[in-house]
Amino acid sequence: MTLTEKLRERISRAFYKHGLLCASYPIPIILFTGLCILACCYPLLKLPLPGTGPVEFSTPVKDYFPPSPDVVSQQGDLSERPDWYVGAPVAYIQQIFVKATVSPWQKNFLAVDVFRSPLSRVFQLVEEIRNHALRDSSGVKSLEEVCLQVTDLLPGLKKLRNLLPEHGCLLLSPGNFWQNDRERFNADPDIIKTIHQHEPKTLQTSATLKDLLFGLPGKYSGVNLYNRKRVVSYTVTLGLQRYDSRFLSSLRSRLKLLHPSPNCTLREESIVHVHFKEEIGIAELIPLVTTYIILFAYIYFSTRKIDMVKSKWGLALAAVVTVLSSLLMSVGLCTLFGLTPTLNGGEIFPYLVVVIGLENVLVLTKSVVSTPVDLEVKLRIAQGLSNESWSIMKNMATELGIILIGYFTLVPAIQEFCLFAVVGLVSDFFLQMLFFTTVLSIDIRRMELADLTRRLPAETCLPPAKPTSRTQRSERQPALRPATPHTITLQPSSFRNLRLPKRLRVIYFFARTRLAQRLIMAGTVIWIGILVYTDPAGLRTYLTSQVTEQSPLGEAGLPPMAVPGGVLPAGDPKLDLSVFPSDPMQLSENQTQQREQQSLSRLEANQHTWAQGAEGRGNGQTELGTEAEVTWGAEDEEIWRKLSFRHWPSLFSYYNITLAKRYISILPAIPVTLYLNPQEALELRHPQEANRYQPFLSSRAGKLNAEAQPDQASSKLQGHRDVTLY
Amino acid sequence: AAATTWRQHLVQRSVVLFVVGAFMALVLNLLQIQRNVTLFPDEVIATLFSSAWWVPPCCGTAAAVVGLLYPCIDSHLGEPHKFKREWASVMRCIAVFVGINHASAKLDFANNIQLSLTLAALSLGLWWTFDRSRSGLGLGITIAFVATLITQFLVYNGVYQYTSPDFLYIRSWLPCIFFSGGVTVGNIGRQLAM
Repeated sequence: MTLTEKLRERISRAFYKHGLLCASYPIPIILFTGLCILACCYPLLKLPLPGTGPVEFSTPVKDYFPPSPDVVSQQGDLSERPDWYVGAPVAYIQQIFVKATVSPWQKNFLAVDVFRSPLSRVFQLVEEIRNHALRDSSGVKSLEEVCLQVTDLLPGLKKLRNLLPEHGCLLLSPGNFWQNDRERFNADPDIIKTIHQHEPKTLQTSATLKDLLFGLPGKYSGVNLYNRKRVVSYTVTLGLQRYDSRFLSSLRSRLKLLHPSPNCTLREESIVHVHFKEEIGIAELIPLVTTYIILFAYIYFSTRKIDMVKSKWGLALAAVVTVLSSLLMSVGLCTLFGLTPTLNGGEIFPYLVVVIGLENVLVLTKSVVSTPVDLEVKLRIAQGLSNESWSIMKNMATELGIILIGYFTLVPAIQEFCLFAVVGLVSDFFLQMLFFTTVLSIDIRRMELADLTRRLPAETCLPPAKPTSRTQRSERQPALRPATPHTITLQPSSFRNLRLPKRLRVIYFFARTRLAQRLIMAGTVIWIGILVYTDPAGLRTYLTSQVTEQSPLGEAGLPPMAVPGGVLPAGDPKLDLSVFPSDPMQLSENQTQQREQQSLSRLEANQHTWAQGAEGRGNGQTELGTEAEVTWGAEDEEIWRKLSFRHWPSLFSYYNITLAKRYISILPAIPVTLYLNPQEALELRHPQEANRYQPFLSSRAGKLNAEAQPDQASSKLQGHRDVTLY
Repeated sequence: AAATTWRQHLVQRSVVLFVVGAFMALVLNLLQIQRNVTLFPDEVIATLFSSAWWVPPCCGTAAAVVGLLYPCIDSHLGEPHKFKREWASVMRCIAVFVGINHASAKLDFANNIQLSLTLAALSLGLWWTFDRSRSGLGLGITIAFVATLITQFLVYNGVYQYTSPDFLYIRSWLPCIFFSGGVTVGNIGRQLAM
């Protein structure tokens, strides 16, 4: 036997065995493939929605000047500059990144003291920035001249009217929550609530108001009751219309002088220009729709060829699902391995489906249904698979070869397309062999069972005719069904000629269409849908936060939990009881306080670590009462990158400025470090906060007195109160 | 009676081919517009429906002619075309053709040689995958040649313009597009004639 024939033999045998396996354990295999698909699709959650991801380009700050609006007159390295880098940007964004902490920290402080005083400094900082003026030989230049003047908000955003600036400079800071009025801030008893009042309760993937005003994603801001490091971060975001390097450097040096950041390692070297892709217009839409129509026509014509199976629609659906999931897996896997897709997924999807094709599944189906009917289901599948094994492998090898040739054209977009196609082909093969084969075996089994059930009533109704007509019928329809000696094959149309009583007919109708089961299934699906929609457990907010990179532990998603004692760790519980005012107690039934309590309760988890002061946390806040240190690290570099992809487009769209086809330039941030002393924190404390936490102390005192010294451990057991408010 | 039904069939086929050709021309024009490849005298969408109004009907008639020619030549040569004679393959062929156009309109090629070579390879690949007949190849090349001459004539007389001309005043990829278009329309024509 030649090599090819030996190979054929081997492949046939392998496929045969695989077919037997698939037909024997259909459900586990389907579950396994489902899990594989989900696993490979997981990286997709991190991608931006297709076609909306922004494109970046950096230039150094030194000697920066905006590019001229004329394409022709651009000098120098044209090849390096992207096409969209023409003309001035819509705005320059200057962020002043503030990190503040109360230092030294007192043991008797409340959790709210962590962020109240740092936040209070924002008003002063905003005033400083607003009043900054550059005096030089050519006169006085103030902020009003360089900043971007915004007019009205969009008419539908009335509720944000007093939170976002109107008819003035675009200056955003957390102070906007209190209309930049220090008195309102001081009078606010519940800061966390004010900050969260406009957070969306439903699914929202664009930027939230809190992100807009804080300028960083929530989990980095530190405005929560579970802030271990006790460093509060926020930014003051400034929108500028013109780039005036002297003004900006004077602002930068002034702020650095007033609030120095001693160990700041932020590089302030480059400006990042972010370009937003154009929105879809009619010229793009028509070709896109046409390609999708062609795709659907292709799928329709392909699935029309399926016949001799029980459920044509079921198999067609399975075929489409196979191809779709293989493409999703391909994109997921490529993303996992670091490829950032630059092609617009929605546009190339029909071409990928056409390249991968539905031919293989049709060939498989045809080969399986043409095996002899009297064999067992397993054997039919196995034989069908092994018959087509060689041609399937040959086809796949050919297609892989062609696509690899395409890869060597060295055009980046075509290379990316070919990469997706190759991975898609391989995963399609994998899914066909596992998923589609199993579905086919289930279908064949159902078809055989249906045949059997169809034969049975015929027998009961025509017993006298059996002996005479048996041979006749079997002769007449030899090809259709090899008749076993004890049955008559009855066509379905003859069924209706039998005069069954009406109730029997109704019952048979219900049984044949399996109406009851389907209704129950539909009902269950609808119920699950309602559950997902109303989302009692907060799964959706969790998923959204993963997509938009916010902290997953938002308050809306947290179920209320029991509130055991201890908000701040103390070295020695007995010693500290008397000066321990900040024990939120579980006795309060007040709903508005429940949030703070459940959050405070979660500090429980770290109580022992803080108490022992064992771990040296990064910012040196291990021992209570020590000096806190604010460190600037690599993760603070360009923190705006951690914001959602829709952050800047939403901000500008609030003022009816569109960023489509245009770009913005984000200047390097100015770091500002604020150290607040404990007196200030004490003075700023709102009386209601002190009262709220007062009763907790007495009951805790009562509780702890009764317990033994190793109480730290037991307090750990009192549940997990997780506090992330941000 | 047989003659009238055959004639009816012929008319139906030509109408379908005409519509397909006109629609394809429209869609592909829209694809090209975004790259400013074709320069119309006036504003883009307006020109699409006013001054360059003659492009879709022209393409439609050309498609009808080509679509009827392919099966005709097949029957003349006596070789009925059997390779992938089904609607699913025809749809695939159309999709690949639109894909080739899309790629030529949207991708950034380093230079025109690369573009021409890639497109030529793709067109030949299209012919080989969906139509392996020599008659198809010959007819496709003839169509490409003739259509390029006609377009050249139009551009030379100022009726039509391209933004960055090369290869004797027109884009070098035009022959490839005409070739693949011819093969695709021929495929549709053959399937309709079956």
